[in-house]
Parts: sequence; C-alpha cells; structure tokens
Amino acid sequence: MNIKENSIKMIFLASGLLSIFILLGIFYLLFSNSFPALRDVGIKSFFSRGYWNPTAYSVPQYSILNIIKGTFMVGTGSLLFAVPLGVACAAYLAEVASPREREIFKPIIEILAGIPSVVLGFFGLVVVAPLLSSVFGLPNGINALNGSILVGIMALPTVVSLAEDAVSAVPQEYRHASLALGATRWQTLKNVTIPAAFSGVLAASLLGMGRAIGETMTVLMVTGNALAAPSSFMDSVRTLSANIAIEMGEVPMGSLHFHSLFVVGLVLFIITFIINLLADIIFDRYRKGVSM
Amino acid sequence: MTRKGISKYTREKAAFSILRISLFLVLLILGIILYDIASKGLGVISWEFLTQPPRAGMTAGGIFPAMVGTFYVTVLAALLAVPLGIATAIYLNEYAQKGSLTRLIRISLRNLAGVPSIVFGLFGVALFVQKFGWGASLLAAGMTLGLLTLPVTVTAAEEALKTVPRSYREGGLALGATRWQMISTLVLPPAIPGMLTGVILGLARAAGETAPILFTGAAFFLPFLPGSPFSQFMALPYHLFVLATQHHDISTVRPLAYGTALVLLVLVFLLNLGAIVLRYRFRGHLQKGR
Repeated sequence: MNIKENSIKMIFLASGLLSIFILLGIFYLLFSNSFPALRDVGIKSFFSRGYWNPTAYSVPQYSILNIIKGTFMVGTGSLLFAVPLGVACAAYLAEVASPREREIFKPIIEILAGIPSVVLGFFGLVVVAPLLSSVFGLPNGINALNGSILVGIMALPTVVSLAEDAVSAVPQEYRHASLALGATRWQTLKNVTIPAAFSGVLAASLLGMGRAIGETMTVLMVTGNALAAPSSFMDSVRTLSANIAIEMGEVPMGSLHFHSLFVVGLVLFIITFIINLLADIIFDRYRKGVSM
Repeated sequence: MTRKGISKYTREKAAFSILRISLFLVLLILGIILYDIASKGLGVISWEFLTQPPRAGMTAGGIFPAMVGTFYVTVLAALLAVPLGIATAIYLNEYAQKGSLTRLIRISLRNLAGVPSIVFGLFGVALFVQKFGWGASLLAAGMTLGLLTLPVTVTAAEEALKTVPRSYREGGLALGATRWQMISTLVLPPAIPGMLTGVILGLARAAGETAPILFTGAAFFLPFLPGSPFSQFMALPYHLFVLATQHHDISTVRPLAYGTALVLLVLVFLLNLGAIVLRYRFRGHLQKGR
C-alpha cells in the first residue's frame, strides 16, 4: 500500500521536476551550440560595431548590434501602442464596466490572443502595409512601425488581462476612502486606484514587452528584415528572432554560421529571461503589497 | 475640487467615454482583422481547396496535406503535453508542500511560458533533430510544440484542480482513503472537464504556431501525406507564411493565402470555442454540486 502510494507520488514529482530540466536543457543546449561560435569568432565580434554578414566572401561579420537595436525598436514601439490602449481597456473593464459588459468583452479580447501570429503577419502585409505606405508616402509600408503596430496588437490581450488583474487587486478600502472624501469615481480611479496599481501595471507592460521581443512570425513578415542600422520607425529593421528564422533553414548544420545563430538565440533567451524575471519580481512584490 | 466651470461629474463622464472608446477601438481592430480575412478568404474555400494538394507550383489546388500535417503535429504535441501537464499539475496542487523545490518548479514553468517560440525551435533542432537523430520530422516538430504548450496545460489543469472544493478531499481522507485513492476517485473526475478546456486551449496555440516548426519538420511543399512520424510534413501556418512571403508569384497566390488564413483561423477558433463552451458547462456543474 505504502509502496504503491509512494511510487505514484514519485511519478508526479518526476513530471514536476521535468519542467526544471527542460528549462535548464534549453539553456544548456543554446549555450553548448553557441560555444563553437563564441570560441572561434569571439564574443566581442558579436557586440562590436559592424554588420551581421556571416556569409561574406572576404571577411565575415557577426555584429548583432543593429539587430538588437531593431529588436528593441519594435519592442518599445509596440508598447507605446499597447500599453496606453491596454491600460485604458483594463481600467474600463475593472472599474467602469457593468458585470454583464465584462462578461461579454473579456472573452472577445481573448479572441485576439488566439489569432495565430502568422495570420497577424499576413494581415500586416496585406492591409497595414498599403495603409502606411499611402499615409506616409512611402514606397512600401514594410517597416519598424508596421511591426510595432502588429506586435502591439499581439501584446494587447496580455497587457489588458494582467493590468485588469492589477487594478482589481487594489483593496476596496482605498476606493471607499476616496469616494467618502467626495471624489468622483474618475478622480478615484486616476488619483488612487491606478497609482496604487502602478507596479502591477508596470509588470504587465514588461510581460507584454517580453512577448513582443520574442515574437517571430509577425515581425518576420512585416518589418522588412534589413540589416542596416535603423534610424527611424519608417526604416526596415531585422529582429533577433526574425534573424534566426530567416537564416536557420539555409545554413549547413554544424557550420560556424549555424552556431552563430545559436548565439543570437542565446542573446534573445537571456533578454526575454531578464525581462520576464523583472516582471515576475515586480508582480510578486505588488501582490504581497496589496494583500497587506 | 472643481476646475473652471466644468463640474467634476462632466469630467468623469468625458474620461469614462475615452476609456470606453479605447475598448471599442480594440474591438474594432479585431473586427477589421476578422472581416478582412473572412470576406476575402470565403470565396476561395471550396471542396477542392479542402481536399486536394497544391498543384501547379502551389498556384492552384488546395491545402489538404497542410491540414492533415497540422492535425498530426498537434496530436503529437498533445501526446507529450497532456499527460505531462496534468501530472505536473497534480503534483503541484495535490502533493507539493510549500518549499523551495515547489517554488523552483513554478519559477521554471513561468519562465518556460516566456521563452520565445523561435528559441523552442532552436531547442528542437539541437535536441530532437540532432541529438536524438530524428531529423526534421513530424515527431521532432510535435515534441517541440508539446514542450511549448506544456506551461499552458499545467496552468489550466491546476486551475481545474483548484475548483474542486476542499471538502471533497477532506471527506475522502476522513473515510480512510489513501491520497491517490482520494485524488483518483474524488478530485480528478470533477476536474476533468476543466482540464480538457486547458488541453484544448494549449492545442489551439500549438496548431497556430509557426516558428517552432520552421526547422524541426515543416516542409515548403510536399504534395503527399506524411507516411511516418519521421517524415516531413506541410502545416497550415507555415503554408500561409510561404504563400504570403516566399512564393515566386505572390500576387497570383494571394487568394490562396487568404483561404489558408481563413481555414487556420476557423480551426483555432473552433478549438477555442469548444474550450469556452466546456468551461461554462463545467462551471455551472461544480457550483450545483457545492
């Protein structure tokens, strides 16, 4: 009896432990596959001035600075779009909407999260790009702005749902105190609830950023993927994830180019890891703070 | 408190209207996306489109192999993610004590959920394609997608377990049942519909993913169906990507791309809808039981 019980428990424990191993495994395999490139090319070459051109005939270049810049442009651009809109939606859903409205609108916003990224990319290509090109008088609308809009749309559901959680988590006493002093619901929301929820909203934005930076298909399809240093949102940019997606299929396995793409993956992994960790820490503190 | 003549209540009305407009703007964006794809994709959908392979350099014919490929790879992903996800959830919710190990598992899961899908693709290449020697194949792509959906499945399964009232567990244990007897007879049965919801949501995500299968098994063009787990396969999302950006004659295949996008959207929505319906029925059921 006891042996059976214990072995069953062990099976469940093993599957739980597997998650830890998978995460460690991802890190390990990224690192071990990056290693030949880090050794032969040198870690400095990846972060010194220049271009990404591992297949150049004369001197191959491995700098990913322009690509990192492109990644952060799309990442921050998408937040400039998603955070104000997302937080406004969240504030409405949490504080203004009737329960019935909430019941209807929340699942609808979840639909947005269900749209596959490749479909959003396609939409960006056939609808948003022509629109941008006619509004801004560009030869085409395939640029960082398009990527920011599309990835922003993609990050919206994350931002809305987490920001709504944060706003809802603010204790009722705060609102009651403010309302009792004669403040309107809007004054309460603006001066009490949102400031109290600030770090929760910040964490939501960070998680949105993590998603935006890790997103592949949408940016691959709508940002143009140019390797030159971008100077404005009207420029074509290439992101870390798109860079892997473009080149991985064509490199011979085991080549230096192949391993250098794992370096790109490792950098991407580390960036998103840090962003998600920060969001996590802020969220944790926030939850403890509001529950006191 | 009132500034220059405009009463604070007028301000409140204006501010709330702006918030409401933001919400409607998001709904409008969603509406435009769905309308564009549906209106332009609908005309392409025909019996032939759904049952034939692509022909004439993918400028004619249908998407049948891509639909089948997506089905296979999703099922493979489920075979990995469902048992593993549910077992992990059972451990976390029913067995685990508060402590550093449990925390570590939870942190890992949360971090896994944040790993970019293209990084899962690289992981799949390094582990399944190379190390395990499976090559670019259905199996390698399915396992990669399975790992990607694991955190979603765990979270959903755990939520389902949490909705089962404590009294069920206490009652079982008080009657002298062992922990596993209690879990298997009292906790799991009412939690299963909720777990299914999570499984379906995870599968919907897996079916729509492109980046993880780019190098682990998806084929540019393959007019026949995969014969074994070690064959390459066509997949709906990758096929849409190819038609939209990689094809030599993009304007000719644009309608086909719209058709593919619509089929993919409908597939994902049907899965989501199934999950939502299940969730509502489940919620009602447990509340009655309480």
